[in-house]
Amino acid sequence: MYLRLPSKVLERILFFIDSNDDRNSVSLVCKSWFETERLTRKRVFVGNCYAVTPAAVVRRFPKMRSLTLKGKPHFADYNLVPDGWGGYAWPWIEALAAKNPLLEEIRLKRMVVTDECLEMIAASFKNFKSLVLTSCEGFSTDGIAAIASTCRSLRELELRECIVDDLGGDWLSYFPETSTSLVSLDFSCLDSEVKFSDLERLVSRCRNLKSLKLNRAVTLDGLESLLRRAPQLTELGTGSFSDELSPEALSKLSKAISACKQLKSLSGLWDVLPEYLPALYSVCPGLTSLNLSYATVRMTDLVDLLRRCKKLQKLWVMDLIEDKGLQAVATCCKELRELRVFPSEPDLEEPNVALTEQGLVFISEGCQKLESVLYFCVQFTNAALITIARNRPSIKRFRLCVIEPFAPDYKTQEPLDQGFKAIAMGCKDLQRLSVSGLLTDKAFEYIGKHAKNLGMLSIAFAGDSDLMLHHLLSGCKKLRKLEIRDCPFGDTALLENAWKLETMRSLWMSSCFVSFGACKLLSQKMPRLNVEVIDEMYPPETRPESSPVERIYIYRTLAGPRLDMPEFVWTIHKNPEIGVSHLAIK
Amino acid sequence: MAYEEVNNELNLKDTELRLGLPGTEEQQIEVSCVLSNKRKFQNNDENSLKEESSPSPAKTQIVGWPPVRSNRKNNNNNKNVTYVKVSMDGAPYLRKIDLKMYKDYPELLKALESMFKFTIGEYSEREGYKGSGFVPTYEDKDGDWMLVGDVPWDMFSSSCQKLRIMKRSEAPPAL
Repeated sequence: MYLRLPSKVLERILFFIDSNDDRNSVSLVCKSWFETERLTRKRVFVGNCYAVTPAAVVRRFPKMRSLTLKGKPHFADYNLVPDGWGGYAWPWIEALAAKNPLLEEIRLKRMVVTDECLEMIAASFKNFKSLVLTSCEGFSTDGIAAIASTCRSLRELELRECIVDDLGGDWLSYFPETSTSLVSLDFSCLDSEVKFSDLERLVSRCRNLKSLKLNRAVTLDGLESLLRRAPQLTELGTGSFSDELSPEALSKLSKAISACKQLKSLSGLWDVLPEYLPALYSVCPGLTSLNLSYATVRMTDLVDLLRRCKKLQKLWVMDLIEDKGLQAVATCCKELRELRVFPSEPDLEEPNVALTEQGLVFISEGCQKLESVLYFCVQFTNAALITIARNRPSIKRFRLCVIEPFAPDYKTQEPLDQGFKAIAMGCKDLQRLSVSGLLTDKAFEYIGKHAKNLGMLSIAFAGDSDLMLHHLLSGCKKLRKLEIRDCPFGDTALLENAWKLETMRSLWMSSCFVSFGACKLLSQKMPRLNVEVIDEMYPPETRPESSPVERIYIYRTLAGPRLDMPEFVWTIHKNPEIGVSHLAIK
Repeated sequence: MAYEEVNNELNLKDTELRLGLPGTEEQQIEVSCVLSNKRKFQNNDENSLKEESSPSPAKTQIVGWPPVRSNRKNNNNNKNVTYVKVSMDGAPYLRKIDLKMYKDYPELLKALESMFKFTIGEYSEREGYKGSGFVPTYEDKDGDWMLVGDVPWDMFSSSCQKLRIMKRSEAPPAL
């Protein structure tokens, strides 16, 4: 006899399992568990919209209430992916609208979303609650107006760093007077001024509003008025913080801010004038998240603010904070988990501020809970990296951008191999790593061997040869995403480790030395990968096989060739007749 | 390539997939250094510094480097923005506007009207603004207060430092 868990019992157990990783494991146990799991999964995550067809996802998860999709590769953020590459939301929206009318939430990242998509969402999903678009493009404020006017139970509308065709601020006025369900509204990326009286009334009647992120066009007097109406906010993104205020007006604003006793997160603060920062002091003790990365304010003013933020867990700031400022943060902000330091003048050769590797060393010494780092700096040293790794083995995400390509350790002139070795070995839970500076193949040998939990790795201007790629693809057991630009490896390591690519989500390579011939060969041998050659200069099939291609994007897929490739993207499916005569495998 | 020298651990040649008929030597791709001719940043140092007209040491624009999203780069580039402060007699708050947003006087005046909720009246060269209690004035590069509209738009937008919408009663007769 054998024991079998009745599916009703399994259902009950699965009710408590939210993590999709766990649910994926459950679905591999046996067919009946696969069935029970798929019929109970509510939140579906698809990390690459081309890895699987919309129809397959919709068919597998009939009870889906929330879909998260990611489109373009990460390097699209830095203009390395040409416009028109792909990542269209439409086929997904269409499939969902047809088969899944009870859908409540759509979260898209780096996808092309049109007004038609937004109108379709508004028209098709009666219970639609949440739209979160991150780094998306292709739509206008008209599409947003459709969502605002039609989605009766809308709770979340968040446009995070999207590129929107801004036809004016009318969209906000489309929220009906009866709509009171908003919990979160983020229109910080839009330029146009909305009709302020409509915004005021919207905020007044949405008593559950917890998160409000305004755009730059909202003035300080506007902000004051809104805060008076919504003191229950937990997250606030201010508008522009630089209008001239009389002392009375400033005091009024201060008072309105201090009434927000539950405020945990503060952002916006564009062009903030230093003399206005004290208006924020009252909420500092409660803040857990502070985004000062648009505040061009000097170190002393930043420190005056930050030393009051004893509960701060997440800090985004510009390099204007300098080493001294970070030293103060290390002393005062003991709960810090995440630090991002952005360059104030990204395109200048010389550092314009006193921010060096020492700043990050201070943080690693003082902030015991540090997990996540993004740090832009002109130059670095191995000693600093070694110290940081020793101080903070808890680091899970470490992204260092040494702005000068090929910059060695500026004290010893050596490559930064030893420093990154220390990070790879010391930070045992390292999940994400971006390396920079002068690095030889050795650095990647260390990373390949020691970074056992590394899921995502970004590399630029590094390495000497194919060994670099070979180390990574034959090591790094948990590697899911690898993105590389301007590194001198060629075909060999890629072809030799082709098997690895099916265990990963994707591999991006641009301005490397991979030949068209290798791409063809890889495509033929690995039918479950899409090997995309992205080349705006020449159609690859007109070039000799040995010529290197501009960019390659390789990802595993069950969906087969995509049907929406532009001219400048080639896959073997465009020329399936490529003869085998000049290709051979040993 | 460098890997050929490392044959104690890796036998890449034995296991590699080759491009070429069996028995032929594989073709090596010519690689002298990373700075090959198709790289954008090959324009580093020598060429671009000559092309730079401004004296400041602006770095060569390598595409997508440093890896900062474009909205961050634009924010820090205040050099392109010409904000002027706008005040109105009797209004509690100043505003700031970017003169580049407007291409002529009617557009600017319309924007001011909507910003401060008033009407500006008809302009005529001889008599200035008639028909309203307000007179739009500006301070130019020389510190003089002038009537908005007296000089050609381009001259105005490049010399205007500040705008003030005066009450007619406060305005000097010359305006």
